[in-house]
Amino acid sequence: MNGPFSIANWRAWFNAAPLFMRGYGQTLLISLWGLVFALIIGILAGVALTGRNRPLKLFLRGYMSFFQNTPLMIQVFILYNVLPKLGVRMGVVTVGVVGLALYTGAYAADIVASAIRAVPWGQTEAAESQGLSRVQTLVFVILPQAVKVGLPSMTNQAVNLVKNSSIMAVIAGGELMYVADSWSGSNLIYGPTFVMTAVLYLTICLPISLFARWLEKRSVRNV
Amino acid sequence: MFDLWISAIRKVFTVNILKFLGTGLLNTLYIAVVSIALSFVFGTILALVRSRKLGIFTAIAAVYIEVVRNVPLTLFIIGMRFMTRLPPLESGIAAMTIFTSAVVAEIVRGGLNSVGKGQWEAAYSQGFSTVKTMTHVVAPQAVRRIWSPLIAQFVTTIKDTSFCAAVGTYELSFTSKIVASHRTIVTAQDIIVVYLVVALVYYIINFTFSSIARRTNKNSAKGVVR
Repeated sequence: MNGPFSIANWRAWFNAAPLFMRGYGQTLLISLWGLVFALIIGILAGVALTGRNRPLKLFLRGYMSFFQNTPLMIQVFILYNVLPKLGVRMGVVTVGVVGLALYTGAYAADIVASAIRAVPWGQTEAAESQGLSRVQTLVFVILPQAVKVGLPSMTNQAVNLVKNSSIMAVIAGGELMYVADSWSGSNLIYGPTFVMTAVLYLTICLPISLFARWLEKRSVRNV
Repeated sequence: MFDLWISAIRKVFTVNILKFLGTGLLNTLYIAVVSIALSFVFGTILALVRSRKLGIFTAIAAVYIEVVRNVPLTLFIIGMRFMTRLPPLESGIAAMTIFTSAVVAEIVRGGLNSVGKGQWEAAYSQGFSTVKTMTHVVAPQAVRRIWSPLIAQFVTTIKDTSFCAAVGTYELSFTSKIVASHRTIVTAQDIIVVYLVVALVYYIINFTFSSIARRTNKNSAKGVVR
């Protein structure tokens, strides 16, 4: 059998599988750290957006607007090509994590802010009437309820983040897409690479997507 | 310090560089517009097949949508570029259409589902066929729910075209990368100006469409019969 999916090509791919697994690990690592920082940005910015500090809100709106309306590719180019000229040196992994966190954080902030707004105002009044401080109200009363509202969308953002981590292929990021691109390019074996890379990404993204779907169904039932 | 900025602007705003970036912008818009148009056609078909009971076809549509939505677009772009003989722009369009169709299918399906069951039953009771019910009763209402997310998806599609830079397609992001590594572009200020100009172009286009999407969303919330 000849063609892109020949047995020889499959054999070659399976011999190179450890390389792909290292890339897979790198994708997981970058995505995980990216997600952690995106959540931190999203929660802090989301809380601030529902607060009363106008200059801060204006700044955050600017940040979100810029990062949502320009491609991640340009943001990564800026992090990767501009910052070293200004004396800020980061490794590719750091560039990936920072880029993904800032980009996803801009969307996470929107999700957190609207989740907080979805919690009825009476909850805040009730908590404050019981003598809880503003921070206590937020942490113990509002956020736990907001999590339920925001979790499905946030989970979808996590899938996007994993998929977007593939952007690091353009800056030699060493993650799965970079391995797939460079290995298939230098060995001219595209068929098995394409299929197996898709399968590897599916093993990360599909469970998260199904989890998001399940959460959505459950929240519809509870309303 | 100030001189460096002035010289950076002088260097970037030359006819040749602007022409080159302009070509990149046109290619970006070409890929995005054709992709979203094709995706709307295929996405609608996918959504209809998935929401009707057509046995094996419904299953295939469902699997297609789930698989494609959980694989990075970059993989389709690389696959289309190197596994087919399509020219760069067209391979980009093919990859983006494969990917975006699945996303649009879910948008259309969401729109169709938002039209209440009562609308179907009422139309059937008046002797409408399934096709007539769809075209005269359901689709006109679903369209109102579909417009806003579809425009938002167009913004995403414009941003997504930048993934074509991974295979060296001359769209806006890749052309900006080439300009940034041009021999006349030396200082930090030069590079910053290049990327800021390009980011601004993306921003203006996307911000315009995001604003339209937000406005349509507000309008569509009114007047949908459940």
